[in-house]
Amino acid sequence: MGAWFEGFKANAGAWFEDFKATFRLNFIEDNRYMYLVNGLKNTLIITVFAALLGIALGIIVASVRTTFDKNEESMRMRNKGLYIVMKIANTVCKVYLTVIRGTPVVVQLMIMYFIIMASSTNSVLIAILAFGINSGAYVAEIFRGGIMSIDNGQFEAGRSLGFSYFRTMYHIVVPQVIKNVLPALLNECIALLKETSVAGYVSIQDLTKGGDIIRGRTYSAFMPLIMVALIYLIVVVVLTWLVGKVERRLKVSER
Amino acid sequence: MNDNVLIKVEGLKKHYKGGTIKALDGIDMEIRQGEVVVIIGPSGSGKSTFLRSLNLLEYPTEGHIYIDGADITNPKVNLNRHRQKMGMVFQHFNLFPHMTILGNMTLAPVKLLKMPKKEAEQMAMELLERVGLGDRAAAYPGQLSGGQKQRIAIVRALCMKPEVLLFDEPTSALDPEMVGEVLDVMKELAKDGMTMVVVTHEMGFAREVGSRVVFMADGMVVEENDPQTLFANPKSPRLQDFLAKVL
Ligand SMILES: Nc1ncnc2c1ncn2[C@@H]1O[C@H](COP(=O)(O)OP(=O)(O)OP(=O)(O)O)[C@@H](O)[C@H]1O
Ligand SMILES: [Mg+2]
Repeated sequence: MGAWFEGFKANAGAWFEDFKATFRLNFIEDNRYMYLVNGLKNTLIITVFAALLGIALGIIVASVRTTFDKNEESMRMRNKGLYIVMKIANTVCKVYLTVIRGTPVVVQLMIMYFIIMASSTNSVLIAILAFGINSGAYVAEIFRGGIMSIDNGQFEAGRSLGFSYFRTMYHIVVPQVIKNVLPALLNECIALLKETSVAGYVSIQDLTKGGDIIRGRTYSAFMPLIMVALIYLIVVVVLTWLVGKVERRLKVSER
Repeated sequence: MNDNVLIKVEGLKKHYKGGTIKALDGIDMEIRQGEVVVIIGPSGSGKSTFLRSLNLLEYPTEGHIYIDGADITNPKVNLNRHRQKMGMVFQHFNLFPHMTILGNMTLAPVKLLKMPKKEAEQMAMELLERVGLGDRAAAYPGQLSGGQKQRIAIVRALCMKPEVLLFDEPTSALDPEMVGEVLDVMKELAKDGMTMVVVTHEMGFAREVGSRVVFMADGMVVEENDPQTLFANPKSPRLQDFLAKVL
């Protein structure tokens, strides 16, 4: 028993010395930790701005789609010109949703980098555009689902009081929708954060790429990759905790 | 008798699925100020479709609807303006769940009629007192019973000072013990001279309050008369058949 323990202690001691050496090699030497710091910075910048772009696009697309669905008959009967314009806009939105949700985000990112924005050298901007346009499709469906889940009686009550469609949306429907979709929206942002890890495909130095660069320098895969995973995990856990808090608050204000 | 026609309906048709379903198949009607028109008829006869056409929640396939002489089926007419004059009470209340009772009632008058908030709240409180719900002004719809919700829905419509109120089966979603409290409010309104169009299965209400009862079947008006005559002396076999079932 005692001998076993002595052996274990010696082994553990050796292991710890080894751990320290690898840690030093991967993160301290040549200030390699800066790859992770700068990588995280880029990951967060890309995520935040892509999320903002995605929400903006999502609101526009969801508005077009639901306005068309909810007013198709009234526009056809009362305003032919508007009907044609909205029908075209609705079709454009549908194509956008189909293409974006039907192709992998990595491919979209590569098309953006190598074809559409081939002349640009601002790779972070390219990533923001690619991930924002991608996220917009999913956000649009979250908003559209939220609007469609509101009972049609709410629209009819608003209209029968004399509110226009847009004022009915503004005063009556949207306040209820925001409450319903906020958790799903935050979850989409968390998914987006993890999705940006493919940015390295087009030589953007995000968090994942940062870890990968270290791996290439030190020829040790374990520590940089586990560290990258740990950082993602911490950010995601914090964000998830935030979502839970928001959800609980919404529940409290619900009567 | 002809004066003060509030709503005039001419040749109203509403077809679905390219004309295979004729929800309304040619309806003509005049509704005068102060009248209580009760619409009865079997399920699927087009009662709801007709009522909802009156404020264009349904767009007619054919025909014209005049409110105060203006043809609201004409795209150039300001529909929202005309809807303000026509209150509507739904089977499922459709109160706004994220607003208090007072918020439900004052939203439209403040935003659409530009009524000062104070004044709107005072008016709402008076109406709430009248329907015996003065103490629930700060409650949310989810905290009320069905009967209370429907009484709120009625006074919410009244806050716009409408010229006519449309009711689509206002008591059909209520537990039996709550039907009376809602019908009482409607009777009060009728007594005060409010013009009303009421789709209902409450034959007692039709008989007691209706100035005219309209019997619909297959998207058409089959028979109409004052309630005494209509119930005592139905002429068409369809109505006789219907009354035999519901009375
Ligand atoms: N959106 C629609 N699409 C197709 N058919 C419809 C639609 N709305 C109504 N209908 C049909 O139109 C007819 C009339 O319906 P309506 O709801 O006006 O009847 P109702 O007299 O109000 O019946 P109930 O007493 O059951 O409420 C029915 O046959 C119905 O199935
Ligand atoms: Mg009906």
